[in-house]
Amino acid sequence: MTRILPLLLVLLFALPAAAQDAFLDALPGLAGGFGTQAEAVERLGAGGDPRALPVLRALSESTLRKNGSTIILPDGKDAATGQPTDTAAAETIRINNRVRSALRGALGRLQLVSASADERLAAADSVFRSRSADNIAPLEAAIAREAVPLVKERQQLALAASRLVAADAAVKRQGIATLGEASSEDARALLLEARAANPDLTADIDKAVAAIDSRLAFKRAAETLFQGLSLGSVLLLAALGLAITFGVMGVINMAHGEFVMLGAYTTFVVQEACRGIPWLLPWSLPLSVPAAFLVAGLAGAALERGLIRHLYGRPLETLLMTFGVGMILQQAVRLAFGAQNREVLSPAWMQGILSLPGGINITQNRLWVIVFSLLVLGLTLAAIRLTRFGLEMRAVVQNRRTAATMGIRTGRVDALTFAFGSGLAGMAGVALSQIDNVSPNLGTGYIIDSFMVVVFGGVGSLIGTLVGAMGLGVLNKVIEPWAGAVLAKVAVLVIIMLFIQRRPRGLFALKGRAAEA
Amino acid sequence: MSATTAPTGTTRGIPARQLLRGAILIAILLLALLPLLNHLPADSAFRVSDFTVAVTGKWICYAVLALAIDLAWGYAGILSLGHGAFFALGGYAMGMHLMRLIGPRGVYGHPVLPDFMVFLGYRELPWYWLGFDHFPYAILMAMLVPGLLAFVVGYLSFRSRITGVYFSIITQAMTYALMLAFFRNDMGFGGNNGFTDFKELLGVPLNTQAARAGLFYAALALLAGSLVLCRHLVGTKLGRVLVAVRDAESRVRFLGYSVTAFKLTVFVLSAVLAGLAGALYVPLVGIINPGEFAPGNSIEAVIWVAVGGRGTLIGALLGAFSVNALKTWLTSVAPDLWLFVLGGLFVAVTVFLPRGLIGLFRRATK
Amino acid sequence: MSKPGLYMDGVSVVFDGFRALNNLSLIVDPGELRAIIGPNGAGKTTMMDVITGKTRPTAGTVRFGDADLTRMDEARIANLGIGRKFQKPTVFDALTVFENLELALKAPRDPWSCLRWALGGESRKRIETVMEEIGLSARAGDPAAILSHGQRQWLEIGMLLMQDPDLLLVDEPVAGMTDQETEHTAALLRRIAGQRSVVVVEHDLEFVRALNSKVTVLHEGTMLSEGSIDTVQNDPRVIEVYLGR
Repeated sequence: MTRILPLLLVLLFALPAAAQDAFLDALPGLAGGFGTQAEAVERLGAGGDPRALPVLRALSESTLRKNGSTIILPDGKDAATGQPTDTAAAETIRINNRVRSALRGALGRLQLVSASADERLAAADSVFRSRSADNIAPLEAAIAREAVPLVKERQQLALAASRLVAADAAVKRQGIATLGEASSEDARALLLEARAANPDLTADIDKAVAAIDSRLAFKRAAETLFQGLSLGSVLLLAALGLAITFGVMGVINMAHGEFVMLGAYTTFVVQEACRGIPWLLPWSLPLSVPAAFLVAGLAGAALERGLIRHLYGRPLETLLMTFGVGMILQQAVRLAFGAQNREVLSPAWMQGILSLPGGINITQNRLWVIVFSLLVLGLTLAAIRLTRFGLEMRAVVQNRRTAATMGIRTGRVDALTFAFGSGLAGMAGVALSQIDNVSPNLGTGYIIDSFMVVVFGGVGSLIGTLVGAMGLGVLNKVIEPWAGAVLAKVAVLVIIMLFIQRRPRGLFALKGRAAEA
Repeated sequence: MSATTAPTGTTRGIPARQLLRGAILIAILLLALLPLLNHLPADSAFRVSDFTVAVTGKWICYAVLALAIDLAWGYAGILSLGHGAFFALGGYAMGMHLMRLIGPRGVYGHPVLPDFMVFLGYRELPWYWLGFDHFPYAILMAMLVPGLLAFVVGYLSFRSRITGVYFSIITQAMTYALMLAFFRNDMGFGGNNGFTDFKELLGVPLNTQAARAGLFYAALALLAGSLVLCRHLVGTKLGRVLVAVRDAESRVRFLGYSVTAFKLTVFVLSAVLAGLAGALYVPLVGIINPGEFAPGNSIEAVIWVAVGGRGTLIGALLGAFSVNALKTWLTSVAPDLWLFVLGGLFVAVTVFLPRGLIGLFRRATK
Repeated sequence: MSKPGLYMDGVSVVFDGFRALNNLSLIVDPGELRAIIGPNGAGKTTMMDVITGKTRPTAGTVRFGDADLTRMDEARIANLGIGRKFQKPTVFDALTVFENLELALKAPRDPWSCLRWALGGESRKRIETVMEEIGLSARAGDPAAILSHGQRQWLEIGMLLMQDPDLLLVDEPVAGMTDQETEHTAALLRRIAGQRSVVVVEHDLEFVRALNSKVTVLHEGTMLSEGSIDTVQNDPRVIEVYLGR
């Protein structure tokens, strides 16, 4: 409402008094023959009077009636006075195709001045497509009044398109120049069409098309980049925990994907628990983050203390054992929650699409996942670099015996480190619940990719994990358009294998003696 | 790395071994009787059902796969989590042959093209389908394709010293990628549904007792042949180098052996064996689809070997038969329980029984 | 036939900015016995890694006779006739003493030859001779896993003898040995030098003295001093960084 009020004021002052007379002058013509009707429609449309809109709309829907020369709206009111009138002898006004085509243009022009921004937007788009030099004047008037930037932008495009079919070459050039600043496929198609009709303007048009092309290429690149970063952030979340348990501790945990799955189901459970408390429901997702961290972290601690520590120094056995644990977890969840997908809702503040300049569209929940993943990375780095726990962890990793002699309880540090990595997996599950199906085999799809990220980025380097995840994400999305999603995945796997030929220890590898241990 | 848990793969004779060898011989002879017992009248107490023959035949193929995995893992320390891919590729090669043999008997009745190709609008056979109407060519491909894939993946990995869990992950990614690829319709391998509705092999209709018995004996012969081959192999100096590679890879290098060449040899051989097992498996079960490439399948096969006892050929066989028998029984009695039991097996064997059933047996007979 | 010698010139190895070897030059003549000493981190093990192909030098030349070692992998270098004994004895636990020596025996190393390999009478005799020499004849059929620490050291030395290398690199051979075993080892090394070059890295100065050979002192990846044991022991620079402490 607050946006519409000033708009109405603008409308009131901007409308010249003469236009209102024109409305009353043209109105009776609708009751005449088809030729008179068409002329009246043109005049009503050109006048730009807001009162004409309901009249013409009713006419196009065959709900406008007449009683002599009185035009009666569907609600039974006289269109000229706005007062109720006698409808007993009223008959429906019929129109033919000529009138109908006049109506289309007129309606579009009238909607340009509608009170609703959405309607004005739609009108601008329809005028853009209708391409008539007659629209130039109403568009110029509308643009002068328009306060909403997005609508104004579209109106300017429509104006340019209309100018393109004007008689005057100078006006055409003006139109071409404006279209050249757009970044839409429509504008490009329009220009190419005009190119055939205007051989004399070829040079201008080619320049404009080239400008659009470069902008479209940029838009595509930007959207690919975003999609790649989005995929990368998912990989980063899934791989961060692995970077701790596998990269730092050297424990290969094939149940990592199942910890991610546990995190996603925790999100589901928290959401269901919040259903009883309506004010809490929008916040169930943020609440799930610590809950999932705890659930997966505890599961991790139990796994490490109960089983993994008996297998230190035997990585292949650890791999098989944890795979079995993953299998058991999956089946347990399947029996407890059922095999079908569970729905986790996105809170309202995460939904919607963000439009950036240049026509780049971004889905908000994916943006949130990117932000969340970077946040988690930051927290992980801080935990390792700044806390006492991080210090003890690094000490145990570098020299277990020395750390033990200094009074560090290495067993406890192992358990905590593993629990921390597993907890990160749980947090990844919260994010994944927003963009993927929550099902018992949720984690299976991510585990191989996550290992690839850790290997690609360099084992033991969190920054490597970041670069690896984002790099693989973008690479995947760059290949996808010309190879398809599946082959892109296959191609990425092959590329990683070849990459490992050049750098067996990954992008950010430790070198020298430290790497030998 | 695994030196402390690995049993020896050498030729020292201990009485328990003789005992086991005898038991295996008897078991193979008993197995050979199964198809004959299938011919007994239905009311005989000794009659063996068609189902039993088919299932046992399937297990025999699994046993060959287990042997292949054991050769690479138990002896050379190469843990492949992608052997299911070699098995499936062999299966697909045989499946292509069986599809070609259907000829005009398909639902669409096309003289050359399999049903799914007619359905997907193929005009002619893709080039890589040519030749598969010949049985020897199909068998050759069932060995060549897995062998080549193993060669490429192995060469790239071993050359850059990718060992241990890294190699395991790479092979798992390999079978995962193949699964994704084979799910695609435009690969020309029947997509999701794979191949099925086979009619005949070598002129024998597949749904007959004779065909089942023939396939059963073929599988048994393959198993016996593989066993003899592996037995011989691990007894040679080549086998001893492999064991040395498993226990101290870099030491072998400093002795002047090219570790890459040895690993590659055993890995390719192992893949070829797996491919042959897959080729016999497909006509026995009557279907092959991309699900065979699922990473879970490969890792399940690894656990057969672990359960039986890796580093001993007999252990691999024992594991394949016992785990699959358990699976067949349990999935019919309590299907929900099976995954718990299988997961439990992974945990129990690695934590409590690193030498598997054979290790248990050895301890008991000592 | 003249045996090749080892020639290292200007060799540097840099790990992430840390110079493990710094412009190191070393010449070992054919048949020479050479002891290398130096404090921890002086680059002794890195030097061995460079010679045997485990580590590629960042700069410099490493030649054995005419062969450029910087371009070869471990297996090829080993086949040129360079044997290496590790600080921590590494033998093949699952194989017997006999089999360990058989693998080390000079013979074609490719998989196909190994598959068709049959142990000839002469080879068997050679293995038995070496087993005699290292005192493990009675344990020929035992897996290496059950040998004592000293026996494992000896088995590894035996494997090197089987390899019959022209250059033998020995890393701390007497660590954990009794005095008697140490003496025995020194005698053995003195004996096998002469037919081949031997480079011994050792901390134990008594042992180095017993070797009675030319001594090279390494410090911070570069050569500090070279000469007889008495010469280097009296070198003030050596005393400062190593012996004087």
